[in-house]
This record gives sequence, C-alpha cells and structure tokens, in this order.
Amino acid sequence: MRGRVTNRIPVPDLMAGLFVLLMGLMGLWQAGAISVSPLYAQVGPKAVPYVVASCMTALGALLVMAALRGGWSATIAEVAEAGPPNMKALGLLGAGLLLNLILIVPAGFSIAASAQFVMVSAAFGSRSMARDLLIALPLTLGVWFLFVQGLGVNIGAGLLEGLVLRAMGREVF
Amino acid sequence: MEAIDGLALGFTHALTITNLGWALLGCFLGTAIGVLPGIGPALTIALLLPITFQVSATGAFILFCGIFYGAMYGGSTTSILLNAPGESGSIITALEGAKMAKNGRAGPALATAAIGSFVAGIVGTLGIAFIGPVIVDFALLLGPAEYFCLMVLCFVTVSAVLGGSALRGLTSLFLGLTLGLIGIDLQTGQPRMTFGLPELYDGVNVVLVAVGLFAVAEALHMAWRHHAGEKAEVRPVGKLMLSRSDLKRSFWPWMRGAGLGFPFGVMPAGGTEMPTMLSYYAERKLVAPEHAHEFGTTGAIEGVAGPEAANNAAAAGILVPMLTLGLPTSATAAIMLSAFQSYGIQPGPLLFETQGELVWTLIASLFVANVMLVVLNLPLIGLWVRILKIPTPQLYAGILVFATIGTYGISNSVVDLMLLYGIGIIGMFMRRFDFPVAPVVIGMILGPMAEQALRQALTISQGDWSVFVTRPGSLAILAVALLALLGPRIYAVWMRR
Repeated sequence: MRGRVTNRIPVPDLMAGLFVLLMGLMGLWQAGAISVSPLYAQVGPKAVPYVVASCMTALGALLVMAALRGGWSATIAEVAEAGPPNMKALGLLGAGLLLNLILIVPAGFSIAASAQFVMVSAAFGSRSMARDLLIALPLTLGVWFLFVQGLGVNIGAGLLEGLVLRAMGREVF
Repeated sequence: MEAIDGLALGFTHALTITNLGWALLGCFLGTAIGVLPGIGPALTIALLLPITFQVSATGAFILFCGIFYGAMYGGSTTSILLNAPGESGSIITALEGAKMAKNGRAGPALATAAIGSFVAGIVGTLGIAFIGPVIVDFALLLGPAEYFCLMVLCFVTVSAVLGGSALRGLTSLFLGLTLGLIGIDLQTGQPRMTFGLPELYDGVNVVLVAVGLFAVAEALHMAWRHHAGEKAEVRPVGKLMLSRSDLKRSFWPWMRGAGLGFPFGVMPAGGTEMPTMLSYYAERKLVAPEHAHEFGTTGAIEGVAGPEAANNAAAAGILVPMLTLGLPTSATAAIMLSAFQSYGIQPGPLLFETQGELVWTLIASLFVANVMLVVLNLPLIGLWVRILKIPTPQLYAGILVFATIGTYGISNSVVDLMLLYGIGIIGMFMRRFDFPVAPVVIGMILGPMAEQALRQALTISQGDWSVFVTRPGSLAILAVALLALLGPRIYAVWMRR
C-alpha cells in the first residue's frame, strides 16, 4: 500500500471482530431454524431474530474491517500501559472456579465456595492459605444461611451445612 | 396538584417502621458497596433479586433505591481517599478530590461531596415528583408504534452516543438483544436461538448475565492485569468540617451541578459521565480567580462539589424514564425493571395510576434515603475507611462467593455456573477490548419489550411496516434516534473539510 506505513494487523482485534462475526452467523443459523406456522407469516417469531442476527453479522464485519485498518486496541490507554498478562493469577483463578464447579454438587456450597475462595485469594497474591480458609469457612456458611434463610433461596444443604444444622438441633433438608 | 397529594400519600407509607428499616438497610448496604471497588449497585441488586419472592414490592424497591442512592455517596469516598473511582460517575470527582486528599484536605472534600450529593439528591427527587406525572400524561398518548420508536431511541443513545465507540457500543447492545431472544417466544410458543438445548428454553437468566459481566468478568480482568505490590494508599481523613469559605465556594457548584445533572439523567441517554464532566469544566471556568490555581495542583473544592452534585442529580434523573416510561437507561435501572417484572408489575406510564401508592411511597423514600445518607455518612466515615482497607485478594474472593451463590441459587444447576463463567470470560475480553457492558444488560431486558411493542404495532397495522414513519409521533422519535446515531459522525466529516 502506498502512502501509509504498512502496519502489522493487530491479531487480537481481528480475533475479537471474527468472534462477533461468528456470533452473528450463528444467530442467523438459529433464526433460520425457528419453525413458523403459516398463521404468523407476517410478524412471526422469526422477524426480530433475523434483524438482530443480521445486524450482529454486519457489526462483526465492520469490526473485522476496523481491525484490518489497524485496530483500536492501540488507542486504549489501559492496554498500551499494561504489562504482560498475569497467566499465573488467571490460571489460579480459573482453577478456583473449576474446583467450585466440581465440588458444589458432591460436597455442597460452603466447601466448594471455600475452596474457590482460597484459590482466588492465592491468585491475587495472598500467601497464607490456612488463614484464607479460616476466613472462607465462616463467610461461606454465613452467606449460605443469609441466602437460604434470609432471602428464601432454595439451595440444598451440603456436608458442612448439614453438620452445622445438626449441631444447632435443626432438621436437615 | 398531583405531586403534592402524591407525596403526602407517599410519606404516610414511607415513614412506617418497616419501610424506614428497608431504606436504612439499603442506604447502609449501598454505601458499603459504593465504597468497595469492583462491586456496584447493578450487581448488588441483581444478587438481591430473590428478595422479590419474600417481601412486598414497596419494601423491595425502597431497598433497591436506597442501594442505588447509597452507592453514589459511597463512590465519592473511594475516589477521594483512594484515587480509584468505583464507578464511572465518580471518575471526575477523583481528579480534584484525590488532590485535595493528598494535600491533607480529605475532610472538606468528603464533606462537600456528601452535602452536595444531598442537595442534588433532594433537587433530583423533587424533579421526579413534579416532572414524572407530566411525562406520564404525555406518555399515555403513545401507541405501540411510538413506544417501539422510543425504545429504539433508547437503544441508540445508551449504546452509540455515549462511550468510546458507536461500533463497539452497538455490538454490546446487539449481544444483549441476542441473549434476550433466547428461549420460548411468548406469543407463538416456538423455541428460539436455543440450539435445540432444552436448558435454554426458559431463556438466559438476567441475574446470571449481570453477575457474569459485573463480578466474574471483573475478577478475571483484575487477575489478568494483576501485579504484586500494587496497592494504593488510603489517605487519612482528617477533620470532616467545611469552613465558612469552603461552604461559600461549594454552594453554587452544588446548585449548578444539580441543575446540570438532572436533565441529563432524565433524557434517554442517561449516563452520569457527561454531566459530571460538563460540571467540572463549568466550575473550572467559573471559579473565582484567586482559587483558579488550585485546579489540578492542590485540588479545588469546586471541582468536587459540582461533579458530585451532578452525579447524584443524574442518578435521580435516571429514575424518571424508568418509572414513567419503563425505559431503563443504566444497567442498575435495567435490573430494577426486571424486579418489576418479577412482581408482575408492568412498568410504563400506567404505573403511576395502577401502582400509585408504590410509586409515591418510593419517591417519598428517596427523600428519606437522602436524609439518612447525609446523616449516616459523615459520622460513619471511620467504618467506610475500614471497608476500603479490605485487601484485594480476599475482596475478590468474597465477591466470587456471592456470585456463586447468586447464580447457583437460581436453579441449583451446574450448567448455570458454566454459563456464568462463559459470560464472565466474554465480559473479560469485553473489558480488554473496550466494549461497554451496560448496553448488554439494557438490551437483554428492554429487547423483549421492544419486540412485543413492535409486533403489537404491526398487528394493529395489519403487517404494514410503514406505521413507524406515517404516524407523526413515531416518525419524529425515529428522526431523533437517527440524528443521535449519525449526527456526530456527519458533524465530524463536515469539520474535517
């Protein structure tokens, strides 16, 4: 190209644009899959999904074009100033979320959320896992009681909640 | 006068012990989450939505509005003492406020912010009481076609006019609209955009999306950018008094800020960034010459008083389109709207008639909340400072505990948690690539309402799409929306010539 310095295309921006484009195309596919009875031919359930998905596709295409023209990430101060991504912190946090996902059904909320609490704290640089666990257990139990008893949310009692309820002489549900 | 009668009715209900209790709880909770970085009113109200199954609508909305107002108060504390604005409306406050704190004037800065918030809150709430009924009278004349166009205008302003880029704002909006489409179509019973998965037939839960975008995404983004040893210093508060000269210098900025902020909140554009910024520049221009040098150096009290007042007045203004038209112009208002739906209350112009008692009790409670906040805030500053000092690791770990229970509590489903994390990851990348998240929530809640209005309008017109341009009202609103979308771009091209 003449006149312009041949900038390298910013790959992250391109990926973001392609992701939006992909979502738009998936939307179009799903909009097409909606079955319509002929009664609703005029303003049926398909019209709005088609419009929304088409706009999403168009926006994705525009974002891809913007990326090919040099992208927008470079103009965000936060990105420009940022150091390399902290993969260790992100990994620990992700592991915490995953642990919660695995434990929440067999062990119940308090144990799963406590494990997650310890991992997330470690991700943000907390050094004492034992202390975090000592904070986490009463916190998660308190939150469970607040939501179940206070807000009336239905979350079954897990191992720890059952122990506490039994110690209080209450029925475990 | 409708407003006077309404307020009289409202106060008789608002001043009962139960409702005062809800207001107090809301103010307290709101200030606390406003002070805490990384957690805001939208997330808090989303997590508390289950309360709508337990208590009366009046109690729940007094609580939610207390949280909404309280968060505005609390946000200024963080801006001033930590130089880390908790939400977009207090970014400007941090400019002068943090400089004042650095120079040992944190006390006066906090005091002028609190009293300015109070003044603006009262002005804004009076505005709701007196302007609300007028807008309702006008809105009752609107048919579905006009209503749909009004929603389009709302979509355009919240996504394309404010913020960094119209392209990215609109992408966020359409992501929200797409999420709102998922599930069974209410009019025909057809599942839509579900990929055939029965788990998605009930649609994607708003709480899940809000928690994913505001809590999980924030934590992931913070971890991604985390660097050890980056802990900002909390400045000492000092004496919380306004001297006579501070008071004199604050008074007109409060008034101007409140006058500037409220109309901005009322307009469907919503948002608190623009009025706070305008207020800041106005005060900078209007400041007495002998104090002008304080701007940007030692911190000028005018630069805290004005924007803080503008911020709170705009926040009050946001409630006007929500209560009178059922149009949410901020993420918090959108979540409150979904709370109305969970009570089976149809938000919109009929709200003042069918739920008059609720609406006026709510407005009266806003006055109560304002008084509570100004009385509570300054004496309790020591407590807020202690909350500010919660270390980052435990703070984010704690936020994720609430995120987990809020989502898992919806239906005890691990699939919901996976969806939560998925949306959290998308939200993290949205933060990274500077896509605003509020339009997602607004689109998701307002989208289905807009589709309903569209289909009603087209049913009335027997499928004739031209109704939107042949009815003068809807044509005018569409023209404004188009102008809002294209105006700034045409202007930019024009200026470049």
